[in-house]
Amino acid sequence: MPFIEPTEVDGKTYDIIVVGSGAGGGQTAYTLTMDGARVLMLEAGRKYEPALETPMFQTPELAPLREASTPDKPFGFYDATVDGGWQVPGEPYTQTSSETAGRFDWWRARMLGGRTNHWGRISLRNGPYDFQPRTRDGLGFDWPISYEEVAPYYDKVEMLIGVYGANDGLENTPNSPPGCLLPPPKPLVSDLLIADRSRKLGIPVIAGHRAVVTQPLDWKNIPAKLHPGNPTAQRLAADAMRSRAACLWATPCGRGCSIGANYQSVTVHLPPALASGKLDILTDAMVHEVTLDKSGRATGVNFIDKKSGLERHAKARVVVLAASACESARILLNSKSASFPNGLANSSGKVGKYLMDTVGAGVDGQVPLLESLPPHNEDGASGLHMYTPWWLYQEQRAGKLGFARGYHIEFGGGRHMPGLDTGAGLDWLTGGSYGRQFKQDVRRYYGSFVYFSGRGEMIPNERSYCEIDPVVKDKWGIPVLRFHWEWSEHETRQAAHMQKTFGQIIEAMGGRVRGGGETDGAKAIHPGGSIIHEVGGAIMGHDAKNSVTNKWCQTWDVANLFITDGAPFPSNADKNPTLTIMANAWRVSDHILERMRRKEL
Amino acid sequence: MDRRTTIKWVLAVAAAAPGMGNAARALEAVAAPADAPSSHGYGTDPDLRKVYEPGQLWPLTFTAAQKRTAKVLCDLIIPADASSPSASEVGVVDFLDEWISAPYEAQRRDRATLLEGLAWLDSEATARYGAGKSFITLSNKQQTAICDDICCAPKAKSKEDRAAAAKFFARYRDLTAGGFYTTPQGRKDVGYVGNVPLPRFDGPPPEVLKKVGLA
Repeated sequence: MPFIEPTEVDGKTYDIIVVGSGAGGGQTAYTLTMDGARVLMLEAGRKYEPALETPMFQTPELAPLREASTPDKPFGFYDATVDGGWQVPGEPYTQTSSETAGRFDWWRARMLGGRTNHWGRISLRNGPYDFQPRTRDGLGFDWPISYEEVAPYYDKVEMLIGVYGANDGLENTPNSPPGCLLPPPKPLVSDLLIADRSRKLGIPVIAGHRAVVTQPLDWKNIPAKLHPGNPTAQRLAADAMRSRAACLWATPCGRGCSIGANYQSVTVHLPPALASGKLDILTDAMVHEVTLDKSGRATGVNFIDKKSGLERHAKARVVVLAASACESARILLNSKSASFPNGLANSSGKVGKYLMDTVGAGVDGQVPLLESLPPHNEDGASGLHMYTPWWLYQEQRAGKLGFARGYHIEFGGGRHMPGLDTGAGLDWLTGGSYGRQFKQDVRRYYGSFVYFSGRGEMIPNERSYCEIDPVVKDKWGIPVLRFHWEWSEHETRQAAHMQKTFGQIIEAMGGRVRGGGETDGAKAIHPGGSIIHEVGGAIMGHDAKNSVTNKWCQTWDVANLFITDGAPFPSNADKNPTLTIMANAWRVSDHILERMRRKEL
Repeated sequence: MDRRTTIKWVLAVAAAAPGMGNAARALEAVAAPADAPSSHGYGTDPDLRKVYEPGQLWPLTFTAAQKRTAKVLCDLIIPADASSPSASEVGVVDFLDEWISAPYEAQRRDRATLLEGLAWLDSEATARYGAGKSFITLSNKQQTAICDDICCAPKAKSKEDRAAAAKFFARYRDLTAGGFYTTPQGRKDVGYVGNVPLPRFDGPPPEVLKKVGLA
């Protein structure tokens, strides 16, 4: 079973339809097909083949505008995102505020594998606290599951996709069992300097965790741990692992990876799922509605075949939405019927509510100690080799900080591939040199800059949500989302704390903060959505009255409808959500399989 | 998407005002009457493996005279030295032309800044050194005298009406540098040695650690 044409779904009833092909959809399809379920995956974007399409060693002068960010390619020309970015042509969304502070920017990618093709690959486990935030500080919502329930799935996902990192045993920063993590890359000199000066300030610095394969995956032993008692799945997993090469320490992961050294759904989850013969993939299929029978069970989905513009229907016994938190909420809200006039699975009124992103703020600075270093290769793994997990749990418990939740620090420096910013904006250091002096200045300062980005937990609130815009439709005629957004002081104060801390670290390195550093949290905080960690919108809970799904991400209202992207997250820990999306998707998929075996679905 | 469809969405979105926001703004930008340059951008799914040359995606702008001025200014900012060639020798003038001709909002702003700035250099040359003078006909010393007055924005502010010229110079220097250091010669000049596959990653060599005091 392979990539299929729209007409090929006619007359078929699949076991499960999975809407979306990113981290959630990829993991769901993988887990289900490895166990023999027949799955149809629908993706709104085009087919994408990293082995053929990835610009691995292309240099900026080969690209239009030297790779600059444009509205067509907001993360630069070579970014892997296809037909996406902050806007998708013909598929708008709207906002209720034109103020930066009230804005939600929505990054989408219309391509197989979705946003996993360009993501930062940062793969952090939520800790035990992160599943019980309300119990700890009375704010937001607890998850209906504990760390212990998710931990075995974190283990499996780390082994399957390949995550580098180390076990440091810090508070609420879980260790992985032996055999889960790959060795982290050696730190850059800027990492070592940041680590040294941070530690003197009492700020820990440990190995980063990213989904990059730093040595060949242990294909002989891992498959048996992933799929005990399932020799077919073990063989498929082993074959897929063997087809991935280890990192070659060059080219940015954001372009994707033609050798499969980092995690992309399309190079890691989908090949073994396709090889199982159990997966059909239909691309350019824009799902906009889940269909129901008279008894209120989901029968499948309606979608638009983008190539013909025609409306089509696909049938299955179970429907799983993994279209991204907001897109899944949009599909539910657009699935209106007599029994669900406000959208499907929305008897609680909570679909679209409690939308969250990550708190982001940052500064950069220049460090004289890093000037004029002997040339050496600092490409590394092209993402963080080290990072700082949240460290002020005690101070926070004692109420000393003025905000309730933590953040981690992503930082870096190095002699990376020169870009359009090399030599730009140096006036504050050079006094405006030009000519031969300017060339000497650029040599001196190249590689001496460091950046610090805070990534913090946002607490869900009533004023940050999405709903269906009453007027605007996209080019397919599908009503679009309208966003509402508001930060609370927990977030803006946290952003201020980030900025102050980063300034202290840069000064401790003997450096200077560029532009002084914005310390007003309300100004420093990046717009909602801009960190691209959208979660919430269909949160899971213990109670059907105030959540959309139960602990199995099964909607309270429709028994055979599940959600495995970020939408069911009741909180958004500072840890980047992708690894948790995958671990949760595996957990939910196992549950679906179990229920199907018991003939309950 | 065709232009008519675009305008239809914009109208639909505008009808939802005051909830307009950036979706509407982005669409407005797309649908705005296109001043020169008139061609479209490369779209959201360009071929990433092709080699692109200035002029291939959208028509270029510089006249022969503008090109000559642009070249002189590029090479005043990045002249040849023992380590590397000058900016114009590695194609920076063509890059600037590609840049200011691009059909994107940020580049359109730079287009105005750069074209007005290049014209200002000529009028300044006439004002300072007499009728018939243009920037490129000045001696290197005279050209440098003009640049010295506008190369540092904070200093230029105190001098008469130089703020706009200083803003132009800063932008021109940024783009010239960006154009230069994104070439093989520019990468070599700063000592970038990556973008090659390695069997393993060794981290910083001992002499680097020693230099920062971490050995």
